[in-house]
Amino acid sequence: MCGLCGAFGGSDHWTGGAATAATGLTPAAERQVRARVANQVLKPLGLTLEPWAGRYTLRARNGKTAILDHFGAIWPEAERLTGRVFDPLDPTTLDIIESRDR
Amino acid sequence: MSEESERITANVLTGFLGAGKTSLLKRLLALPSLSGTAVIINEFGEVGLDHLLVEAIDDDIVLLKSGCICCNIRTDLKAALLSLFERSRRGEIPRFSRVAIETTGIADPAPIIATLSADPMLRHHFRVGNIVTVVDVPNGLANLAAYPESQRQVAVADRLIVSKSDIAPMEAAASLRTRLEALNPAAEILELSETMQPEDALFLRDIHDAEARGAEVARWLRAETRAQDHDHRHDHSHEHALDTNRHGDIRAFVLQADTPLSWARFGLWLSMLLNRHGGEILRLKGLLDIEGNDSPVVIQGVQHLIHKPMHLPRWPAGVTGTHIVVIARGLDPALVERSFRAFNGLAPQATGLAKSA
Repeated sequence: MCGLCGAFGGSDHWTGGAATAATGLTPAAERQVRARVANQVLKPLGLTLEPWAGRYTLRARNGKTAILDHFGAIWPEAERLTGRVFDPLDPTTLDIIESRDR
Repeated sequence: MSEESERITANVLTGFLGAGKTSLLKRLLALPSLSGTAVIINEFGEVGLDHLLVEAIDDDIVLLKSGCICCNIRTDLKAALLSLFERSRRGEIPRFSRVAIETTGIADPAPIIATLSADPMLRHHFRVGNIVTVVDVPNGLANLAAYPESQRQVAVADRLIVSKSDIAPMEAAASLRTRLEALNPAAEILELSETMQPEDALFLRDIHDAEARGAEVARWLRAETRAQDHDHRHDHSHEHALDTNRHGDIRAFVLQADTPLSWARFGLWLSMLLNRHGGEILRLKGLLDIEGNDSPVVIQGVQHLIHKPMHLPRWPAGVTGTHIVVIARGLDPALVERSFRAFNGLAPQATGLAKSA
């Protein structure tokens, strides 16, 4: 546990699991990279993820922010912050992602 | 988390009423290699283990001749498992390395698997091993047609045991097998009559066994061909279109990608899909090609839960790219494929079967 912020180090959620690339990066740098990649998908949906003290913060367009331990918490928190439903099978959402990504 | 090797493997044994679960369990417990197994059942009376009985520890726990411990669920599964674990630690009952949980016939096994994988205390001590589902030839097809629970039992299985084929016409066994392959192309199907001795591999050889992992994944990949064959038939045969309706709208399909995936984007997509549609995804098994990893990553899950990803030491011969077998109820495969490709930044053209449906 981090003595300064009270954060537990590492989570055992599957998204943080064995499959993270052997990049040789420090955990902080790794989180930076993962947040940048995740934002390619999150930004078009009005969300921003940033590394913060061994965790992440998720910010919605309305300014509301949540602190997350792992990627698995992103979508429940995003729905709580915005009051919206984020459905990856929603055709409008797919149109947004497809048009922004290519 | 305990060391992987220290965790107790939990096997779930399920199947509809009268399918032959208990008979199979009895034959498995007689194998010396499974002697350190604790068994959790719902009712002692139903099991008829009397002749195997050595000693009743109390109202809920009995010792069997084989060295197995048999435990009755009085309240709930979590309490039963933790009680067994603690009593074994205190030396009140023998230590066990495996626990077999026999569900009631009409149970949907998914909540049991969810309890095992998601409960913070249970997952510290237990890991989910093979899920074995028994389906009998005389009643299997009718049960699948009439009861969603029966379909779910088949959909979540790692091993499907076709029982009682010796008391039914040969064509009936073949029809059942075809139906099972369509519902769950990733599972191994074994025919086993009441007089045949099952192999301990049914419980022992699973995805946690590093030596068996390659063969297990190879089976999932073969599922791709089966799912495609089945889909192809759906495209061209009215008769088979009727079949689809009969087994509800549970569909098995495969997502494929030829270019490596970003782990962050894949995690974001799959957690988004499970957050909204986890209840509809009965089983998911995949071999992933992840950027920056030379060897493939194995992923599997049941409903909302994804188990901790594992590595394969090398790519199976002749296999490249990502392959994910999805068994889902009520999801449009073409839409899932579009979503998979969009969120993972892949070119939109279909390479998997999902678009061919």
